Amino acid sequence: MTRLPSGGLIDRAQSLRFSFDGRGYQGHAGDTLASALLANGVKLVGRSFKYHRPRGIWGLGSEEPNALVELRDGARQEPNTRATTAELFEGLAARSQNRWPSLRFDVMALNGLFGPLLSAGFYYKTFMWPASFWEKVYEPLIRRAAGLGRAATAPDPDAYERMHAHCDVLVVGGGPTGLAAALAAARCGARVVLADEDFRLGGRLLADAPEIGGAPGEVWAALVLAELASLPDVMLLPRTTIFGAFDHGTYGAVQRVADHLAEPAPGQPRQRGWTIVAKRVVLAAGAVERPIAFPGNDRPGVMSAAAARGYLNRYAVLPGQRAVVFTAGDDGWRTARDLREAGAEVTVVDPRDSARGDKGLRVVAGARVVGTGGRLGLSSVRLDTGERIAADVLAVAGGWNPTLHLASHQGGRPGWDESLAAFLPGTPPPGMAVAGAAAGRFTLAACLADGAAAGLQAARDTGHEGQPLALPRADDEPAGLRALYHVPGRKAFVDFQHDVTADDIALAAREGFRSVEHAKRYTTLGMATDQGRTANVVGLAILAEATGRGIAETGTTMFRPPYTPVTIGALAGAQTGPDYRPTRLTPLHAWSARHGASFVATGAWLRPEWYARPGEAGWRDSVDREVLQVRKAVGFCDVSTLGKIEVVGPGAAALLDFVYANAIATLKPGRIRYGIMLREDGFVLDDGTCARISEHRFFVTTTTANAARVMQHLEYVHQVLRPELDVTILSVTDAWAQIALAGPRARDVLAQVTEADVSNAALPHMACTEANFAGGLRGRLYRLSFSGELAFEIGVPPDDAAAMADRLLTAGAVPYGTEALGVLRIEKGHAGGGEMNGQTTAGDLGLGRMLSPTKDFIGRVMAQRPALVDPRRPALVGLRGEGLRTGAHLLDPGAAATTANDLGHVTASCWSPHLQAQIGLALLSGGQARIGTRIRVFDPVRGHDGEAEVVSPVFIDPEGGRTRG
Amino acid sequence: MRYSALALLRHALTGNRSWTPAWRDPAPKPAYDTIIVGGGGHGLATAHYLAKLHGITDVAVLEKGYLGSGNVGRNTTIIRSNYLLPGNTPFYEHSMKLWEGLEQDINYNAMVSQRGVLNLCHSDSQRDAYARRGNAMRLAGVDAELLDAAQVRAMVPGLNMDSVRFPVKGGLLQRRGGTVRHDAVAWGYARAADSRGVDLLQNTEVTGIRVQSGRVVGVETTRGFIGAKRVGLAVAGNTSRVAAMAGLRLPIESHVLQAFVSEAVKPMIDTVVTYGAGHLYVSQSDKGGLVFGGDIDGYNSYAQRGNLPVVHDVMECAVQLFPAMSRLRYLRQWGGIMDMSMDGSPIIDRTPIEGLFLNCGWCYGGFKATPASGWCFAHTIATGQPHALNAAFRLDRFATGAVIDEKGAGAQANLH
Amino acid sequence: MRIPCPLCGERDAAEFSTIGSAPPPRPAADAPTEAWHEYLHLRENPAGMHAELWQHIHGCRQWLRVMRDTRTHAVASAEACRP
Repeated sequence: MTRLPSGGLIDRAQSLRFSFDGRGYQGHAGDTLASALLANGVKLVGRSFKYHRPRGIWGLGSEEPNALVELRDGARQEPNTRATTAELFEGLAARSQNRWPSLRFDVMALNGLFGPLLSAGFYYKTFMWPASFWEKVYEPLIRRAAGLGRAATAPDPDAYERMHAHCDVLVVGGGPTGLAAALAAARCGARVVLADEDFRLGGRLLADAPEIGGAPGEVWAALVLAELASLPDVMLLPRTTIFGAFDHGTYGAVQRVADHLAEPAPGQPRQRGWTIVAKRVVLAAGAVERPIAFPGNDRPGVMSAAAARGYLNRYAVLPGQRAVVFTAGDDGWRTARDLREAGAEVTVVDPRDSARGDKGLRVVAGARVVGTGGRLGLSSVRLDTGERIAADVLAVAGGWNPTLHLASHQGGRPGWDESLAAFLPGTPPPGMAVAGAAAGRFTLAACLADGAAAGLQAARDTGHEGQPLALPRADDEPAGLRALYHVPGRKAFVDFQHDVTADDIALAAREGFRSVEHAKRYTTLGMATDQGRTANVVGLAILAEATGRGIAETGTTMFRPPYTPVTIGALAGAQTGPDYRPTRLTPLHAWSARHGASFVATGAWLRPEWYARPGEAGWRDSVDREVLQVRKAVGFCDVSTLGKIEVVGPGAAALLDFVYANAIATLKPGRIRYGIMLREDGFVLDDGTCARISEHRFFVTTTTANAARVMQHLEYVHQVLRPELDVTILSVTDAWAQIALAGPRARDVLAQVTEADVSNAALPHMACTEANFAGGLRGRLYRLSFSGELAFEIGVPPDDAAAMADRLLTAGAVPYGTEALGVLRIEKGHAGGGEMNGQTTAGDLGLGRMLSPTKDFIGRVMAQRPALVDPRRPALVGLRGEGLRTGAHLLDPGAAATTANDLGHVTASCWSPHLQAQIGLALLSGGQARIGTRIRVFDPVRGHDGEAEVVSPVFIDPEGGRTRG
Repeated sequence: MRYSALALLRHALTGNRSWTPAWRDPAPKPAYDTIIVGGGGHGLATAHYLAKLHGITDVAVLEKGYLGSGNVGRNTTIIRSNYLLPGNTPFYEHSMKLWEGLEQDINYNAMVSQRGVLNLCHSDSQRDAYARRGNAMRLAGVDAELLDAAQVRAMVPGLNMDSVRFPVKGGLLQRRGGTVRHDAVAWGYARAADSRGVDLLQNTEVTGIRVQSGRVVGVETTRGFIGAKRVGLAVAGNTSRVAAMAGLRLPIESHVLQAFVSEAVKPMIDTVVTYGAGHLYVSQSDKGGLVFGGDIDGYNSYAQRGNLPVVHDVMECAVQLFPAMSRLRYLRQWGGIMDMSMDGSPIIDRTPIEGLFLNCGWCYGGFKATPASGWCFAHTIATGQPHALNAAFRLDRFATGAVIDEKGAGAQANLH
Repeated sequence: MRIPCPLCGERDAAEFSTIGSAPPPRPAADAPTEAWHEYLHLRENPAGMHAELWQHIHGCRQWLRVMRDTRTHAVASAEACRP
């Protein structure tokens, strides 16, 4: 065990059992998986992506490139989880990944022997012969070898949700800078959200254990947090990653609500996706220590010096008894001193000749590490002086990279600061201030002052007033640094996870991939799950050296969301499974279900497709019966899903006259007209009916599919094109239940349910009236037909729909569903969704004569473009023939099956029980002229190739006598 | 320098020190026969085919940033030729055939992986629409299969077919569709064009197009004026800006399309799957990341970044289709700027200015079109006439009404 | 992205729908086809300040004329088309 007997911020009273690769261990509440593994002396945690080299724990948090594990089991299995961010819980089970057969003995490590062959971009240069081998041989091998952990195969059992928050000041990061900023803003009364990815707020105060105002840093943090928690307008979000800065102060965040539990409590989401809208943002995300590329720098036991210090101070874990600290600056010395205090034997290797000894530390000045030894973990460190030092931990301090990602999500390009040897934020998004270490201010005192000033300013900017914080005393000694990125030699790793070495970057430069983006893409530098958090700057420095440019000139790649990888489920929220999209039910839904309906999804709606009866063997039986019932007697259909729009006002007639291609202004009150609307480009938008209820009140129906689009179109035409018209447009789709009643006996049935006079004289075809119905129901009656039969539509308030359906049933009508509706309309040759597909003109559909020659209307001019009036355009015809199915293409009999010979396609098809034949509608080039001829029906995707007879699209009652009867 | 397994071995034995640059870094000449503006996939492919098929090697490709810095590196790497309309299908099928022979043609492994593209359907009417499309593909000699639900289930384990808002009823499969390593396409064409003498001029931004008496004579650049008899624009995303330098106004809006990749995991999705009741397309890269995307954001943009509503929408679709994706993390996202045309189809044509040619309007479809786009553009530039394969992609089709509107959405750029 | 609706206040863009560029005035019924072609199809598509039409579909349903920079997405103004 390497756990120290005292100290740290863990709860020693609470022991937690966990397992790694099947072996049991113990840790404490407050541990991460990484700290608990280290406490148990486990250093080998993973294997790298390409060479399968043994890897340990490098970092302390989300920057971790090496220690990735599969967490949990079964449906909750979660690959690629960083051991450094996984909070320990009782029973946690983790496994190493991307190794076979075991972590200690991984066959794929053989790849390492072929390192020179597997250099940067090697795969672009081979695997090309023979061509067919890529999919069959090479790619399957590569795919199996690649990838990291395994995803679960079962659906995720956990729930997620999305929430919104609005605030004056969002503080990103809960370290000293962020705490000071949040406190300064909150004391002014600003609405503050403070978010940090860690489960415990405090940042480096927890890892470095500095003094603030004479007390331990974590005590100051606890006081600040207690005050913040007591304020009503402050929301603290630990375990929350602000992953993206989007437009206009919108920030994406993911909160890990229950990842520290074995499983979420009942009703609790696992994670929560936040959309946070902030007027001001203080980015106080701190900085991350970068490595130095030197040969063997990836061996388990080599770790970030700042992380080593963190494990010691926060988790009371001594990462090694014999430590070497390789530091390019003063910061590593802090680690050396802390390790020494904890009882380790410490050697400091500092490339600066000026480096001087410190009590109890052995110092090798002017030296560099040029190699490491050990098989699955570090046993020795080799220096360029030739000395070999026995060691079980090598702490590396290469300088600090400010965590400025969010500041550049909207294109602000970071700039290189040579004196700090760091990229600093460029222009941040509007409303954002960057403070503390993220802005290159690396002393504790500067961080506190910077955070407090930024928090106060943000509060003032959002209309709050207050006093500057009185800041406690803290360390203000800047750490000296000599930039050191790279010690030459083989197997000097830059991107640990992707196994990108300094040699790979040099090779990329040699091959002309000199742009930073080229080098990144060619070598895959910075594209692993850690997104190059530790690798990028070192890689850039090596590229700069290889191309003879400075780092500033070389530039950096851009940062884009997400700041760290975030769970897909959290962003999907609760909108999964059946709740992916809303489901709309008609007022008659429950009634239909009681009467044997099965339902079909049409857009958001569920509609009855047929009403099965006992004894019917299949859906065809039901549909045939319903169709024949309408043709021979009477049926009724729930058509409530049609879009229904009231257009009201003195300008209503003028507006509709402009929107419809046919004349509407001449329509008399109490009358209905069938109408078509074009898009401005001259193609058909939609069809429907327009009833003039009174002089200034129209009732417009649309197809179900186009209801929303037509509504939007009407509003556009009114508000943008004809704003002078005094009109109100109201969607009333949900305000009316609409029932179509059709068949030769429709009038008889209707007479039984209404007091209104429904005689042909009182209510002729295409007339409408308000009506009282039996049982005191009130509503409207429209005489119009979709089926070609004598038909009416009845409109009643939704609550009265079931009562109306009951009365119609009692009066002798039977319900029919959308399938029968479809058959009836095909038999009648009405254009529907298959024909009105946005690619057809009125002429194509046989409706060309409806276009008014005497008025301006939407689409009038463009409908006359040459290609829209080309006589060769496919036009609507009927087809009759066995095996005819929608989607088949049409060819001249005997013509070769080629695109050039394609004459059109079948747009709708059905079995007509009335005609006892398979019939269809089609758009056929030459259209009307081909009626009476035969056509080849080409349907290879369904294995059919036959013929059909071209007929009129109106199979039933072409004279329309039934409708008007 | 020819790439091969043997070359890899030889270089490995000598410490990989003698690899030479994949392409030269030449200084601009005062004038070229032909200038291609845009060093992306389409521009580089055009240069390759101009040199290889038409013997025109006095060519410069002008790129304002680095080669492949536009949409060729910002897409979801899908290739397919499952188009409906006769103006499109033969063109995209030609592209597919060029993909199939690409690696041998350019001696570069772009990892053309014909793992299949499966479009899911969720209703009878959608299945009928796919039948129509599948049959149109078969007429054009393209492979197409209509799968029923059981076949889909067998082919794509992990797909949530049933406990979803819109159950999967079947799908349209093009087995020859698949994915290609996108950056390698740009680099491979660049290297091939360079090897035939084409000058690739990076960090050379065009700032003006010089026209005299209705004829193009060259371009102004950040590195000075460069003369040319013929200039071809292949700058999708920025077409309107560049064409405006020649006084052209085009039926195009620029829109941002976001795409996403997850952390790498072991193989879990072996084909390209697209969702039919929302907008999502997903595949798994050879490295293991799930690569996926959805709709454009919908507003005009030249910023290569999008916003959260589309992120949410895409993630919802992803979890809807593959519930196991729920626990994976998304690693990176990016935004490409699309030339959204007014009918959803591209333009490869002459312009009213003599010697100035246009290749634009690719909407979502640019990557898969790369080889055929370069091939047809090279033909159009070399001969002055569109090839039969791009005969429908005329600039004047909006005025005549001969639009190629696969979706039937009409003259609104963001609906395509 | 946030759109400042003049009636409802600033709202997330997800509440809105846009058709892209605000077209020029609709040509007269007897204008030549070329004018209609320009009206319907041709766009400035500027990289910079851009006049566009948005509708607050999940709010007041007003069509808005929005001035927005297509490089930065910054919104300069939003006015109702029919005040």
